[in-house]
Amino acid sequence: MTGTIDRVGAAAAETSFLLNGRPVTIRVPPIRRLSEALREDLGLTGTKVGCNAGDCGACTVRIDGRQVCACLTPVGQVAGRHVQTVEGLAVEGPAIGGRGGHEARLTRLQASFHRHGAAQCGVCTPGMLMAATDLLERNPAPTRGEVEDALGGVLCRCTGYRKIVDAVMGAAEDGIAFLVPQAGAAVGARVAKTDGIAKLTGEERYGADAMPADALWLRAVRSPHARARFRLGDLAALRRAWPGLAAVLTAADVPVNRYGIYPTGKDQPALADGEVRYRGEAVLALVGDADTIESLTDADIPIEWEPLAPVTFEAARAGGAPVLHADLPDNVLVRGRVVKGAVDDTFAAAAAASVVEVETAFVEHAYIEPEAGWARRVGDRIEIVACTQTPYMDRDEIAHVMGLSREQVRIVPTAVGGGFGGKLDLSVQPLLAVAAWRLGRPVRWTYSRPESMAASTKRHPARIMARACAGSDGRLLGYDFAGDFNTGAYASWGPTVANRVPVHATGPYHVPHVRALTRALHTNDPPAGAFRGFGVPQAAIAHEALMDDLAAKLGMDPLEFRHLNALRAGEPTATGQVLEASCGLAACIAALREPWRAARAAAEAANRAGGAVRRGVGIGCMWYGIGNTSLSNPSSMRVGLRPDGRIVLYNGAVDIGQGSNTIMVQICADALGLPMDAFDLVTGDTDLTEDAGKTSASRQTFVSGNAAERAGRGLRAELLRRLNVGEDAALRLEAGCVHARDAGGERTLRLADLEPDARGDVLSAVGTFDPPTTALDEDGQGVPYATYGFAAQMAEIAVDLELGTVKVTRIVAAHDVGRAVNPIQVEGQIQGGIAQGLGLALMEEYVPGRTENLHDYLIPTFGDVPEIECILVEDREPLGPFGAKGIGEPALVPTAPAILNALHHATGVRITRAPATPDRVLAALRAAGVGVTP
Amino acid sequence: MGRYHRPLALADALATLAGGPATVVAGGTDVFPARLGRPFAEDVLDITGITALKGIGLDGGWLRIGALATWSELAQAPLPPWLDGIRRAAREVGGVQIQNAGTVVGNLCNASPAADGVPSLLALDAEVELASSAGLRRIPVAEFVLGNRRTARRPEELATALLIPEPGPGARSSFEKLGARRYLVISIAMAAAVLEPAADGTVGRIRVAVGACGPVARRLPALEAALRGLPLGPDLAGTVTPAHLDGLSPIDDVRGTAEYRREAALVLVRRAIRTLTEQA
Ligand SMILES: Cc1cc2nc3c(=O)[nH]c(=O)nc-3n(C[C@H](O)[C@H](O)[C@H](O)COP(=O)(O)OP(=O)(O)OC[C@H]3O[C@@H](n4cnc5c(N)ncnc54)[C@H](O)[C@@H]3O)c2cc1C
Ligand code: FES
Ligand code: FES
Repeated sequence: MTGTIDRVGAAAAETSFLLNGRPVTIRVPPIRRLSEALREDLGLTGTKVGCNAGDCGACTVRIDGRQVCACLTPVGQVAGRHVQTVEGLAVEGPAIGGRGGHEARLTRLQASFHRHGAAQCGVCTPGMLMAATDLLERNPAPTRGEVEDALGGVLCRCTGYRKIVDAVMGAAEDGIAFLVPQAGAAVGARVAKTDGIAKLTGEERYGADAMPADALWLRAVRSPHARARFRLGDLAALRRAWPGLAAVLTAADVPVNRYGIYPTGKDQPALADGEVRYRGEAVLALVGDADTIESLTDADIPIEWEPLAPVTFEAARAGGAPVLHADLPDNVLVRGRVVKGAVDDTFAAAAAASVVEVETAFVEHAYIEPEAGWARRVGDRIEIVACTQTPYMDRDEIAHVMGLSREQVRIVPTAVGGGFGGKLDLSVQPLLAVAAWRLGRPVRWTYSRPESMAASTKRHPARIMARACAGSDGRLLGYDFAGDFNTGAYASWGPTVANRVPVHATGPYHVPHVRALTRALHTNDPPAGAFRGFGVPQAAIAHEALMDDLAAKLGMDPLEFRHLNALRAGEPTATGQVLEASCGLAACIAALREPWRAARAAAEAANRAGGAVRRGVGIGCMWYGIGNTSLSNPSSMRVGLRPDGRIVLYNGAVDIGQGSNTIMVQICADALGLPMDAFDLVTGDTDLTEDAGKTSASRQTFVSGNAAERAGRGLRAELLRRLNVGEDAALRLEAGCVHARDAGGERTLRLADLEPDARGDVLSAVGTFDPPTTALDEDGQGVPYATYGFAAQMAEIAVDLELGTVKVTRIVAAHDVGRAVNPIQVEGQIQGGIAQGLGLALMEEYVPGRTENLHDYLIPTFGDVPEIECILVEDREPLGPFGAKGIGEPALVPTAPAILNALHHATGVRITRAPATPDRVLAALRAAGVGVTP
Repeated sequence: MGRYHRPLALADALATLAGGPATVVAGGTDVFPARLGRPFAEDVLDITGITALKGIGLDGGWLRIGALATWSELAQAPLPPWLDGIRRAAREVGGVQIQNAGTVVGNLCNASPAADGVPSLLALDAEVELASSAGLRRIPVAEFVLGNRRTARRPEELATALLIPEPGPGARSSFEKLGARRYLVISIAMAAAVLEPAADGTVGRIRVAVGACGPVARRLPALEAALRGLPLGPDLAGTVTPAHLDGLSPIDDVRGTAEYRREAALVLVRRAIRTLTEQA
């Protein structure tokens, strides 16, 4: 085979094949991954790359009808064959509205995904669709098991898989008609995502999908050591040896080389300066043409390392370890404290007391989309297009790092392929900004999977010691909690965890005497940051183990014990806050009562037969404060009316798959009194939208939703005023006019008669909301959150006593969400949260250097997430938009406790070290003498 | 440097290998993940165009699995029950995408300690056919896999097929895989067993192998000898003792401790044998 030498020394050659039914010929090295050729050479970015190693299935395409990973297929192998990608799925059939108003076509399968809410962030969706298309062509009426087998090679981190199975099962159902609620009926409707179609056709643009053709590539050189000093060698020689290098950036090139979430915690360098504090920390950035950047290996980079003994979590806890940050001589980043009453006295007087120790590991977010984006300099401004959960904080942080004003920074968030807290920290942004600013050319960067895992933040490992006591009447009396959290090398969101945990430490119960103390400790581990629940899931393992144990000691049923102690409206929390309304835990627990009794009885009956497999049923409860802890976190939303009668929602709340692009429209539409389908969205561009804060702390529905409601009501008030009609007038849009009808008759406002503003809106309104909270005093007393979500979940499991494997067979989840603005999405959040909670309980453990990929780091697959029944308890929150609270994080919190409690029910053995991997479970069973010994 | 060959004839492939070293690519499901962040600078021999290497079929007392036969093809081909074990393995390798591309021969040649196909191939007494421009040779799988990622294949050789001798009448096989999740999982341990029953309802010949409990999967000759002649019934599995697994040398890794592997292997072996005795 002859050809010119192309990238990375491989010879290019022509390969011809059919692509989505059309013949194509490309000239690239035939060893190039098909995924790369599709995306980079053929411009079809619908095929996603999550790992380049076969582990995630995001790149699944069909070759001659069969599903395969495009990332494992050399281009040369498709010669003469037919490659089908997501873009080639719907080539015929009726068109419906797609992105930006233009038309899209959907197959029945795609339409079913849309109806069922099977795509959340959507980054796994193309792979799911291709695998499912393969299945359905061979087997048009598959069983659920057959669907799981066929799609089992594609990972999803958002949905918990159940709705994907539903969608494939429902693909035979007719039609591409979707629910379009009438004016005033959007809130509470099971409406499909407003941004859903693009996620099904491959049109959606994620961080890596919209790179400019002329961009330079960037790659970071990262530390292989957890702690080391280093010296850079002759970089000028490196530049000479590699003429394709446009720049080699070092710490000296970063204008202000310290960033961090909190004003007091700006401790993280964009590029390490002489010393690295964790494995995976960036020390250099290489910028150049693609060939050069791909060919350069770490061995080519002149760096002299002097490895040092790393500070471990144990060493940091013990004290006296080497100091990571000079201003924190004991490596304690922050302490949290909530104290109420007289805890020690209570224990002395209690009828029953229990103690538990909990140990949890680093957990990786494992969003399927690795961090990616690009930047360019526009005059004296820098623009960054990247996946992020927090465009406004990014803007301010980049301004700080670059030494620019915030007006000089524009952040344009792309679609986000999963975040879960991991995209709240800066990733690609600072180095892209530095490179593009210096070079005056666009610069792009996509993390590899190992890089994403090594460099990004994690869930805090915890070491918890907790005890609780109750009186003979079964009422909780005291709770005493001490938790250390490994916050890793840099502050990140560590303070948030240390402050949130003590507030939630008791669990969702009324406890008169409380002491909850936390520390966030620096170590030479990866920075632990924000991850769905901010430390509360770890603390929940402790309180739920204690509740079970106390119930047993008092001879009470675990569910009834919790029901008795459930926090109720009018009772004070550990911080002295009295919730006046929307305190639906008792209702959640009551909703589980019947399934609980039936399942416990069935499990116990089955176990009487003996055998290697034991069944168990456990319960877990939770609460979660919505929004920031005692810190202002306002959101603003703008809604505008165009001369043609379209409504524009300027929505700065980034949708990371959880569905805020839909929720905000539902809420605003009902507040305004006009139908959802009259809305268009302008999303999260810091130049175009108002600041809606970050997508975290389960705050968008509650906080930004309130802003959307206020904006909608504001615009409605303005319309009513201009139309001179009463409050209860019904509005209608038609042919560029707003019509209003009330008792006084019908009136009309012709929008084209009004003067448009700079945005092109003839009328507009802005709504702002900041949840009412107070600062906490030195004992942690005050009002940290305006409202809380509550839940109770029940897990049924089967334990193999000989192998230590645990299979979760069913989960029933009752959640008080205030009001389910969109029940499909609430269920999706619950199911997805449960899948992550299941992973936390049974399989997920990030070990730096050892599990930096998706085959050594295991997240649940199709076959691991059981049937999940969602029960929505709607105890309206008077402060919430239409009564709504949040659901994003609450979903995950009770799952691991419920599973671990089920394990105890099944075997009598209490495991409080997560994850409960098969070897740990078996060792615990052996130690307790449970099961058969060989 | 960096040439890509995709010949259509076996002879051309062998000539390429005779001309100098090249990385052989079949399904690519082991080759590509290993090259993450490390581009191909060497010559590549992609064998997927060679029709002669395709197919699975019985021929003269041997089952031939061509070098291009994928796990999916093995799972779907109409084959006798004595191949149930390796077919079960086929359905447990990765996900369907991997099964559609990955080959049985590639699994063997990659010589991972956790390769799911190898215990069954050992228990089936399979042989590897190796071709070079100098000719053909055949060696037993047990002699082919030398260590972690090391085989007896010479650089100029291509593995062209696996050959499995047809066992005696009534033969059956089983396979047990243990992983920490349902799909897409590297085995913590696995066991394969093949039984040729004697006419009197006792164990005629039985062959048992365990994988992921040492650098290479291993047969358990002491166990096989101990089981011979015992009645085929529900008690057979219970006769396996920890001492029968003494030849294994498991290690600690992220998937499990050595001690756990040893215990799990025992359970898997018992279950594999129980499956054999429960089959009609
Ligand atoms: C996500 C994922 C999941 C996986 N899960 C499993 C699993 O559960 N169990 C398991 O056992 N494996 C698993 N694998 C590994 C892999 O899929 C299998 O080993 C597969 O059978 C390899 O076959 P292949 O054709 O893709 O090999 P290739 O990647 O093409 O080749 C593998 C090796 O063998 C050599 N080779 C291939 N064919 C020949 C030949 N004919 N002659 C000489 N040398 C040859 C190659 O040079 C290379 O060294 C998984 C891989 C991935 C990516
Ligand atoms: S990108 Fe191909 S499997 Fe993950
Ligand atoms: S929707 Fe599946 S990964 Fe986000």
